[in-house]
Amino acid sequence: MDLLDILLSATFWAAVIRIASPLIFATLGELICERAGVLNLGIEGIMVIGAFAGWMAVYLGTGLWVGVGVAMLAGMLFGLLHATLTVPFGLSQHVVGLGVTLLATATASFAYRLSLPEVTSPPKITPFQPWEIPVLSDIPLLGPALFSQTALTYLAFILVIVVSLILYRTPLGLALRAAGENPASVEAQGLSVTAIRMGAVIVGSGLMAIGGAFLTMSAFSSFFFEMVNGRGWICIALVVFGAWRPGKALLGALLFAGFDALQVRLQQTPMGAVVPYQVFLMVPYVLSILALILMSRRAEVPAALMVPFNKGER
Amino acid sequence: MRLEPIPNPTALRRFGLPAGALALTVLIASALALLAGANPFATLGLILKGAAGSKFALLETLNRATPLIFTGLAVAVAFRAKLWNIGAEAQLYGGAIVTVLLGTGALPLPSALLIPVIAVAAMLTGALILLGPVLMKTRLGVDEVVTTLLFNFIMLLFVSYLLEGPMKDPMGMGWPKSPALDKAARLPRIVEGLRLHWGFALAILSALAVWVIQTRTTLGYEIRAVGLNAEAARFAGIPVGKVMVKTALLSGGLAALAGFSEVAGLKGNLTLDLSPGFGYTGIIVAMLALLNPLGVVISAIFVAGVFVGADSMSRAAGVPTYIADILMATALLTMVLALKLTTTRIRWR
Amino acid sequence: MVGREGAEVVLRLDGITKRFGPLVANNAISFDLKKGEVIALLGENGAGKTTLMNILFGHYTADEGAVEVFGQPLPPGHPRAALAAGVGMVHQHFTLADNMTVLENILLGTGSLLSNRLNARAAKAKVQKLSADFGLSVHPDAKVGTLSVGERQRVEILKALYRDARILILDEPTAVLTPQETTALFDTLRKAVALGLSIIFISHKLNEVMAISSRVLVLRHGKLVGEVATSDTDRHKLAEMMVGAEITAPKLAERAPGAALMTLSGIRTAPRGNAPGLAGVDLTLRAGQIIGLAGVSGNGQSALADLIGGLEVPTSGQMELHPARSGDWSPRAALAAGIARIPEDRHKTGTVADFSLTENAVLESYENAPYSRKGWMDWSAAEGFARKIIETYDVRCPGPGAAIRLLSGGNMQKLILGRALEAGPKIILANQPVRGLDIGAVTFVHNRLIAARDAGAAVLLISEDLDEVMALSDVIHVIYEGHLSPAFPRGSKTPAELGVWMAGQGFEGGADAA
Repeated sequence: MDLLDILLSATFWAAVIRIASPLIFATLGELICERAGVLNLGIEGIMVIGAFAGWMAVYLGTGLWVGVGVAMLAGMLFGLLHATLTVPFGLSQHVVGLGVTLLATATASFAYRLSLPEVTSPPKITPFQPWEIPVLSDIPLLGPALFSQTALTYLAFILVIVVSLILYRTPLGLALRAAGENPASVEAQGLSVTAIRMGAVIVGSGLMAIGGAFLTMSAFSSFFFEMVNGRGWICIALVVFGAWRPGKALLGALLFAGFDALQVRLQQTPMGAVVPYQVFLMVPYVLSILALILMSRRAEVPAALMVPFNKGER
Repeated sequence: MRLEPIPNPTALRRFGLPAGALALTVLIASALALLAGANPFATLGLILKGAAGSKFALLETLNRATPLIFTGLAVAVAFRAKLWNIGAEAQLYGGAIVTVLLGTGALPLPSALLIPVIAVAAMLTGALILLGPVLMKTRLGVDEVVTTLLFNFIMLLFVSYLLEGPMKDPMGMGWPKSPALDKAARLPRIVEGLRLHWGFALAILSALAVWVIQTRTTLGYEIRAVGLNAEAARFAGIPVGKVMVKTALLSGGLAALAGFSEVAGLKGNLTLDLSPGFGYTGIIVAMLALLNPLGVVISAIFVAGVFVGADSMSRAAGVPTYIADILMATALLTMVLALKLTTTRIRWR
Repeated sequence: MVGREGAEVVLRLDGITKRFGPLVANNAISFDLKKGEVIALLGENGAGKTTLMNILFGHYTADEGAVEVFGQPLPPGHPRAALAAGVGMVHQHFTLADNMTVLENILLGTGSLLSNRLNARAAKAKVQKLSADFGLSVHPDAKVGTLSVGERQRVEILKALYRDARILILDEPTAVLTPQETTALFDTLRKAVALGLSIIFISHKLNEVMAISSRVLVLRHGKLVGEVATSDTDRHKLAEMMVGAEITAPKLAERAPGAALMTLSGIRTAPRGNAPGLAGVDLTLRAGQIIGLAGVSGNGQSALADLIGGLEVPTSGQMELHPARSGDWSPRAALAAGIARIPEDRHKTGTVADFSLTENAVLESYENAPYSRKGWMDWSAAEGFARKIIETYDVRCPGPGAAIRLLSGGNMQKLILGRALEAGPKIILANQPVRGLDIGAVTFVHNRLIAARDAGAAVLLISEDLDEVMALSDVIHVIYEGHLSPAFPRGSKTPAELGVWMAGQGFEGGADAA
């Protein structure tokens, strides 16, 4: 199988979309936080807790969508913690973010061991099944790639549009963007910077958790400790790569997923026999670093990102 | 609500609030123990006993504290300059790789010479690993948090490659591990018969050295000035970029010593699970010590004690060991909040 | 403007008191604002004007006292309530989001956050009508980040008018304007008053207060110390009320200029964001001379200050130090060349807030003996230096070991002044050296600069306060968009004439052509 075969196979493109889906959720979540002025380094841990909570809920007998809701709530809870510490208290977003990641990861591990003390291999749930959209899924190549995905994937793509519309077409989006650019402008127009920023972090964290839940409820069917494996940090790079715009971030996620899907397939080619598989696995992380370097000069960073706002302070 | 600075906080604030943070952490631990169906007092007691209840337990705690002192120092040094080095994990493995590389017969030197050479080589490696992200930060403005974090993943894959390829132990029976270090390259025990190696002493010495650098040298002064107000430092003529690089070299070197000391002092070879997140835990150690290098020693022993104690408690009481991770993350968050509240007060109107 | 006896009271402040820790920023302040009236709130920096207005607008909550708007009590602590009651505020530091358009900034927060769309078309029409009515021309779809300072201020005023404000508060609105732009602003304010709005105008500039207000309230150390009808007073009386003592202008003895110490010819620097860089500057700094640089802020002052201070290198042109030539230019090279620097922002660039006085004192000299040797600090030598500055420059502080953030602005500035002058500089760069200081500290700083000039130093004084520049300078240059006017000797130009230059007229044939 050579490169052309790979690029012309529907399974490859289906994999690209599948790999991109959790990244899209989490990147949108991080983008919302950062647009409001808060860097959320809790993302990695919040994805872990989302992956665990959604899966656990389903394992305990709820429906899949309820599981997604549980995951989102768990994420929002840790988002609330992050927001409380960084917004009204203005604590270092670096330290709190890492602390939330450590806490959320530890909580997931603790809860997993507590509820399943004896198991050696994690139990499986029945995940979301591909939902073939009539007619569209019959289109050659495109159909199986784009229109035979799970409902969560469709949701991810719809969310890109929704978040874009909210950011650029509604009063709420206006307030959100202003909070990340100059919080004083929000305050002077009679709005609460604290409320807007906290809301953004909580909602954004909810989306990150759904991104995590995608892993256990759509991509795989069980929970493993290391399953998020740096995806959160990659999403932070994707937000920068996307210049804080949902559409560009989506492109970034797809590009990134494309390389990831490609490296898996290249491992099966003669090249894979020569190059150690670890080199292929490094591709996502190296790409993220490259993306950061590439965008470092031109990115339009929200001016008040990581700048705490204390009401009335000049 | 809004925050107002307090110019001269009272002693009650300065000591009471951090104490309150620890009390809250203990309270949460008790709640988790209850949740797991265990007696909270017994659980805490078992943790304490497991950490310091016997000579063996205490030595185990000190052994576990050794790498944490190094990574804690690495983080403390970097954070002082507002250089967010979250990559101590990668630097640690860098130090470990070099230790194996040089300690398995490559250098035919006597022990007294070989060990210092390896230590210095390890430090240089760690320093170089952090240099990349720091240059990206000072030259291109790329946030070092994300790059150092991503480097951790790349480094682990690199180690995995080494252990399955060029550095594979032929006698390892397929298990991914490196060959064992020569006797000459191994750090001896401080007291024969006691399971505590010279790495611990080196860690204490490093803490003292960092303290001297920070308080007595121009470099320390520069690092603090850059961390507290980079703009004023630049205006005053302090070369901010160079100071960042020097800080990075120091920080990366210290983190690499953790890997050196673990391999040469304790494990004797390199495996993929050499570090159970020592690099990340170093952040907690450093923050609990308020970035004070001498405080790092104490907080590293405390943190190590909680982890060692939780291991033995878990076997006895059946509460998952991850309680220790939750405790440490909680301690970190409550402590930064407590520190903020020592210098500011909340006004609700 | 005539007094308005018996006109409707639109705003009433009653016993407003606000404390920040031990500091009483506002002490039982009461006054009324009537319909169609402009009152000026006059006071030195730190007198409590901005705090009072921030309470009125809801940024702060008063510890005591109440505010009534149109007879209704105003709930404290919420800008939203103030806006709803018809109070609009034009902040000293603009509260605009650069990444959004003018219209978006105006619309921000005007409707329900949860409504599903922006009603942009109707809003745009209203903004255009207001622009025309009040003489506030600005393009609604322009990105705020691309606007000039004067345009941004118009957006700020439009924000208030769009919400149908009946009471306008303007906090130091002219600090960023040319005299001509100030005239235009005053036209707008007169139109507003004619339409029945009431205005509170905050300033410390006496001539403006005399020009626009009908009544003047004077604040000093947080207290209301006087209230007069503008027609019953003059600049001199107001000045005395403001500082509580007669102001004595600094005396500048005649002195022949000495040798050139630094010569800039054809210097250009890179532009920075919206601010221009230097665009071909020729300037000579001479021993025993104070050169004043007048101009509206953001016209290249920072670029010139950074250039001389060593923070910026020219993209082209010659920079010559006499007798030595400038080699690799950096803050350290500037210090080594005998250039003392008093930075524009003492909090952000002048000091490290959490460092002690000792640590701040040696910030520029820690690498030199006796403060360090071979990389080892000598803290007792450093402390000795700090003690010397504290004594010589009368720095009021708990001691050399105290954190400098505990000091007042004036004492902080004295430490910076001492740090700079104790090195025995040949050239002194004083960038806004008295901004925000009380009158005692202002006099102290000015006298020290004059003494340094008399001792043979070259002083470059950069200030947005034209009065300060005119009082202190032997020679004045005006800076406009990176160009420098010819040198005007002391007393050769009136403020109005300099104002014309500050607005950019006169440059076409001169500096621009170069």
